[in-house]
Amino acid sequence: MLAWTIYISFLGAAVLMLLPAGHPRPARWTALLAALAGLACAAAGVADCRHHAGFGAFTDAVNAPWIAELGIRFHLAADGISLVLVLLTGLAAVAGVLFSWNVENRTREFFAFYLALIGGVYGVFLSVDLFLLFVFYEMAIIPKYFLIAVWGSTRREYGAMKLAIYSFVGSAMVLVGLMAAYVMAGGRTFDLVELARHANSFPPAFQNWAFIVVFVGFAILAGLWPFHTWAPTGHVAAPTAASMLLAGVVMKLGAYGALRVAMTLFPVGLHTWQNTIAVLAVVGIVYGALVALVQQDFKYVIGYSSVSHMGFVLLGLMTLTQIGLSGAVLQMFSHGIIAGLLFAVVGRMVYDRTHTRDLGKLQAMNLSQVLPFAAMTFVVGGAASMGLPGFSGFIAELQVLVGAWQSFPALAILAAVGILAGIAYTLRAMVKAFYAEGAVEARDLPRLQPITVPERAGALLLLGATLLVGLWPQLLLGMITPALNSPLMQPLWKAGPP
Amino acid sequence: MNLHLECLTALTPEIIVVGTALLVLLADLAVAREKPLAQRIKLTGVLSCLGCFLAMAWLALAPCSAHAAMLAVSPVTQWLKEWLLLLTVFAAVLSWNARFTRHAGEYFALLLLAAAGLMLLVSSDNLLLIFLALELLSISLYALAAFDKSSLASSEAALKYLLFGGVSAAFTLFGISLLYGMAGDLQLGVIAARLRAQAVEPMFYAALVMTLVGFAFKLAAAPFHLWAPDVYEGAPTPVASLIASGSKVASFFVLARILLTAFPGARGMVSLGDYLPGWAPVVAVLAAVSMVVGNVAAIVQTNVKRLLAYSAIAHAGYALLALLADRRHALSALLFYTITYAVTVLGAFAVVGVVEAGGRRASLADFSGLSRRAPVLSFCMLVFMLSLAGIPPLAGFFGKFYIFTAAMETAPKLSLLWLVILAVAASAVSLYYYLQVLKQIYAGQPAPSPAWTRPDVSAQVVIVLLAMMVIVLGCAPDLLLGKITELLKSHPF
Repeated sequence: MLAWTIYISFLGAAVLMLLPAGHPRPARWTALLAALAGLACAAAGVADCRHHAGFGAFTDAVNAPWIAELGIRFHLAADGISLVLVLLTGLAAVAGVLFSWNVENRTREFFAFYLALIGGVYGVFLSVDLFLLFVFYEMAIIPKYFLIAVWGSTRREYGAMKLAIYSFVGSAMVLVGLMAAYVMAGGRTFDLVELARHANSFPPAFQNWAFIVVFVGFAILAGLWPFHTWAPTGHVAAPTAASMLLAGVVMKLGAYGALRVAMTLFPVGLHTWQNTIAVLAVVGIVYGALVALVQQDFKYVIGYSSVSHMGFVLLGLMTLTQIGLSGAVLQMFSHGIIAGLLFAVVGRMVYDRTHTRDLGKLQAMNLSQVLPFAAMTFVVGGAASMGLPGFSGFIAELQVLVGAWQSFPALAILAAVGILAGIAYTLRAMVKAFYAEGAVEARDLPRLQPITVPERAGALLLLGATLLVGLWPQLLLGMITPALNSPLMQPLWKAGPP
Repeated sequence: MNLHLECLTALTPEIIVVGTALLVLLADLAVAREKPLAQRIKLTGVLSCLGCFLAMAWLALAPCSAHAAMLAVSPVTQWLKEWLLLLTVFAAVLSWNARFTRHAGEYFALLLLAAAGLMLLVSSDNLLLIFLALELLSISLYALAAFDKSSLASSEAALKYLLFGGVSAAFTLFGISLLYGMAGDLQLGVIAARLRAQAVEPMFYAALVMTLVGFAFKLAAAPFHLWAPDVYEGAPTPVASLIASGSKVASFFVLARILLTAFPGARGMVSLGDYLPGWAPVVAVLAAVSMVVGNVAAIVQTNVKRLLAYSAIAHAGYALLALLADRRHALSALLFYTITYAVTVLGAFAVVGVVEAGGRRASLADFSGLSRRAPVLSFCMLVFMLSLAGIPPLAGFFGKFYIFTAAMETAPKLSLLWLVILAVAASAVSLYYYLQVLKQIYAGQPAPSPAWTRPDVSAQVVIVLLAMMVIVLGCAPDLLLGKITELLKSHPF
């Protein structure tokens, strides 16, 4: 069932290419149907896995020989961690289509690239064969480029090329590490589980360089400071749906790869670099938050906040404690939903109507009265982003902080400072954009198109998801915890510094 | 069976192709002289394709394996010749609507002679015959490159090609003569045996390097690449596509044959810590320089044909890596890579040809907004460019991946890591310029004039076929790789 998430997405992209040009309506509905079908398959997949092997082990979706000469298999499977992210992808995909309902320019091609990107993302989260994982990982790069270069706004060609080159350099690093691991393990298989069995026999010197190469290669896409600079420019240049996906799921590809591949295959290297990366992660948290505090462009605020929130993911991974890691995975989900929501408000609800993202200009428009729904959504989304109890972000960041406190207390305190700065920039943006005092008289309010039904539906979907997980975190933690206790993850906890 | 008969049987496909070349000349002279040019080109073009198909059918239906008198014909070479003929057919079909020449018969005859040169090159294991085949190929290509008599660039390209080619052929011949002096024979197997028996002299290395220079020219490996940009740009597009595809495949194969069969003992070693003299260091340097020069120079190109030329230089670098790879994988990686590369680059040239046929040139701006006018063609160009950049799931990705992995496996493990890292980094850079082309096609605004003319059906069919091959071979590399390994397992060469 899970494999169909990938097939449906690519099939949807192919169908879209065959539709006649110049008719946006059928293209929209095709895309929405494909995204909904993907989400349904993801949900059915979760039920399926619970029924079969549970969330602690991989449940096979497909496992067939592919390239016999190199021992490469077409092996798709999922455990608790991948399922959480597959669910996130499904939700973000549906919401993204809803928030792109107003794309009129080359609609058919827009959604074709969009669905191709979604298909690649599903593929990464479901691949157990690392060659296959890499294939899907790279397949996700190209649609991103076109989505930004053709449909983007501010400095779109620059932002798109920067994003593509950063991603490609990152994946080149990953490729070197993967091939080296394959050769060191005897050159017979790319299967994650098989390779992880060799992890203990990889010499430490090899693990030390291979780990950092693969980890950084993936983490570039997760916005690891100082390799994060593609993120703000890319997010700002991208059309709304693409920013939602970039922040919502593409950055998670990086974090997921770092956890699944780099940390699992090279545990000794992981321990060598643990402290360094943790420091970089905290720098990212604080730096992202402080830079977001002084931005004039509304979208840059959210862009830098993504860097900050992804810092929590990376910090959680580096704690190497159960609670820290489960916090990191939960944060991936939580940030995916919340960032999607905030980008939707900024890009679709506000920018598409006012044609400005300058906080100074927005200040004069009194948007809380003109667009009450947008203001309400941003308030709730902002509260979730700040980590208020009752939302998913609270549980996730709390877990990361507790884990960090156990491993590196000093860094935990700095990260907590980052949270305070996060509250500050969210409130600042919220007040400036929506609640600035009496700038214009009521009769001078700008006339803007009211919020449409698809926008409301998308916002409610994402708000519901973050509230549901916030109030009932066990829903996802019940999937994450068994996966963290699986035999695959054991070397992570065991291998100490040599 | 007596020797002559055996040789004739083994050479039947080549004979068919040469016979067709003569027939084409004759038909043009006798039958088509009075007809309009378009019809003459169609007639001779179709005749050439039929001849190639006949030779392919012979290759497929009459399995032949001979190892006699300068010839080494095995299932691998026969299979490779089918591919070379297929590439020639595609190049010929792309010439069906050519407007650059009035000499239809001569053009297709030379194309077929070049094909005969390619086939002979692949099936010889004697240095002299290799040289002759190389010259047959080269001289046909020199003439073909000059075929657009109305264009100054075409003449300049041919002259450059001829001068560079002549000098490097002299180097090769000198190298071969030195080898002959040392080993007393021209047969690759015999040379290997003699060299194994005696101590390696410094003279041997001189001979080796000189022979390699000639091949580096043919492969457009830096620093012997200077002809490539001008020839790719100036030569008629179908000719450039054959130079970029078929000629590359055959030259790489024969280079691998020389290095791996005649001098396996003189391989040498070139890892970061260890160095042993031999051909491996030379090849490694050629590969490294080609990858860097090709990719860096391609970044600033504004003409798509020149861009493809520099990308070809870079790709020659990647392919040279395969020669250094672990013996178990070297040849299969090389064959997979060069064949998929040839298919891809032929397709890219075909798209350029279609754009040119509409009265445009091949600068980046001429591709602006192509996706709005010709969505299918643009999608095919997307496939070719991304395959060249090495994006999965296209054939170019697996080709590169296989070469890099095989190079890493070279004993001692990871000794070639530095070169693989360089290759992967160069490949990451290359995405930039391929995306420049695609950016024009998808994000640019179409220029109002000249008006877009519908491309002719034959070229479109070829382009779509090639794009489908790139996609299918990328998604299921086992289709090609399985065949290659099966052939190599039964007959190493």
